[in-house]
Amino acid sequence: MLIRKNKHGELPESEVTDHQIYLNRRQFLNTSATLAAGAILPISLASAAETPAATFKDIAKHDFAKGEQPSSFEAITTYNNFYEFDTSKSGPALLATEFPNKDKPWMVTIEGECDKPGEFHYDDLVRPFTMEERIYRFRCVEGWSMVIPWVGFSLSELIKKAQPNSRAKYVEFTTLYDPKQMPGQNRQVLDWPYTEALRMDEAMNPLTLMAVGIYGQELLGQNGAPIRLVVPWKYGFKSIKSIVRIRFVEHPPQTSWMKAGPREYGFFSNVNPEVDHPRWSQNRERRIGEFLKRKTLMFNGYEEQVAAMYSTMDLKKNF
Amino acid sequence: MMSIKQLKVVVFISALAPLIYLIIALLTNQLGVNPIETLTRDSGLWALRFLVLTLCITPLRWLTGWNKLVAFRRMLGLYVFFYATLHMLLYLWLDQFFDIDEIIKDIIKRPFITIGFFTFSALIPLALTSNNRMIKKLGGQRWKSLHKLTYFIATASCIHFYMLVKADKLEPIQYGLIVFVLLAIRLYKYLNSNRFVKAVSSQV
Repeated sequence: MLIRKNKHGELPESEVTDHQIYLNRRQFLNTSATLAAGAILPISLASAAETPAATFKDIAKHDFAKGEQPSSFEAITTYNNFYEFDTSKSGPALLATEFPNKDKPWMVTIEGECDKPGEFHYDDLVRPFTMEERIYRFRCVEGWSMVIPWVGFSLSELIKKAQPNSRAKYVEFTTLYDPKQMPGQNRQVLDWPYTEALRMDEAMNPLTLMAVGIYGQELLGQNGAPIRLVVPWKYGFKSIKSIVRIRFVEHPPQTSWMKAGPREYGFFSNVNPEVDHPRWSQNRERRIGEFLKRKTLMFNGYEEQVAAMYSTMDLKKNF
Repeated sequence: MMSIKQLKVVVFISALAPLIYLIIALLTNQLGVNPIETLTRDSGLWALRFLVLTLCITPLRWLTGWNKLVAFRRMLGLYVFFYATLHMLLYLWLDQFFDIDEIIKDIIKRPFITIGFFTFSALIPLALTSNNRMIKKLGGQRWKSLHKLTYFIATASCIHFYMLVKADKLEPIQYGLIVFVLLAIRLYKYLNSNRFVKAVSSQV
């Protein structure tokens, strides 16, 4: 007899952490850590270790989803594809509660065909940029979608700082590889570490976002903390999570999903209701929380902003 | 000690447990934020699980000599049909909203849907002949041959499962292995049986 063990992560009501406490858990941990550190370190050092509050306040807000209702915080944070943790939808939220480990500094390497390469601490990497909220539609290749209020900044600003040279035609991104923190990496479900890539013009498009938060809060582990890509006109898997490396390259890189299924996942993977995936028709989608399906929009509704980049390409061939 | 009749009642009610669980979970919001996906997947999974149980009956009889086990086979088989029907209806209704054009396109274009469709179709004659009247009407041998379709259904179900999974093939492979073993036992038994030996020697 095959017995399912708590696959949906059901918890009795009594076990559920109050939402406010849950949201503030990092602050709680930080406070405890600071207090603990303060007990043994000089006061000045201890206060220097204090991180700013977890919430993004008074930032500009831009709605790129034409007033569509954002998906619930619950939906966005409990229904995730993040195979580095688990291949179920509910697994990542249960397994990423401590991710990323606060004791390890999050470092991001910028390298390849650029004049300002380097290895940056996450705080230093994001400090120069002004955060804003952007509400984007998010369309998964599996046929479901959400509307997500991200917090972040344009990737183009970061690229300008790195000063890519004339050979930089593509930008490749890599997710952290650390099976101790990401138990899903103990199995070869995909060719770890996860990699994704954009053509330079796609990376420079003003819509392309480096996200660090959702709903005004820091990203949670299951959503790709501390920093991820969001490319709203492409299928969700292009929006790579928990980035540790950004590399400028001359030739189109192979991505993890292209390696896993070259017939199924192309380099561009633009949302396109006209081009079917072998597994799923792409002309409709189920918006999470809705009963009926919606018609999928060309480029996920961002045709105006992005179609020009592909005007000379056959999108059926370059899927 | 319970009689076979009492045991059958127990099995009948137990086999409804997954359905009852799914209904309660649905009504109390426990199926996650995409309950339709969960229901479709779980109903399919339960159809496959009951299929595996059905296929276990005969090898268990051989192993234990407890021939009365066969009394449960029909009921379990009909539960395969029950959960597979639920699975199919969820697809037709909540995935395609009974849009016949879309459904036909889907069946033609997507191999895993094609296989799923034929697998379900193959279950129908088996469900319709799972009663004493039809066994009599068909005669034991013909009925038996017809119900060998179960082997095709089990194999095709595993392929359907394998093909629909994006990357993590572990679970479909596990089911595939179980079905493989259950069918291999039958083949082994057949190859060592008198009927096979006779059939071969008559050809020589």
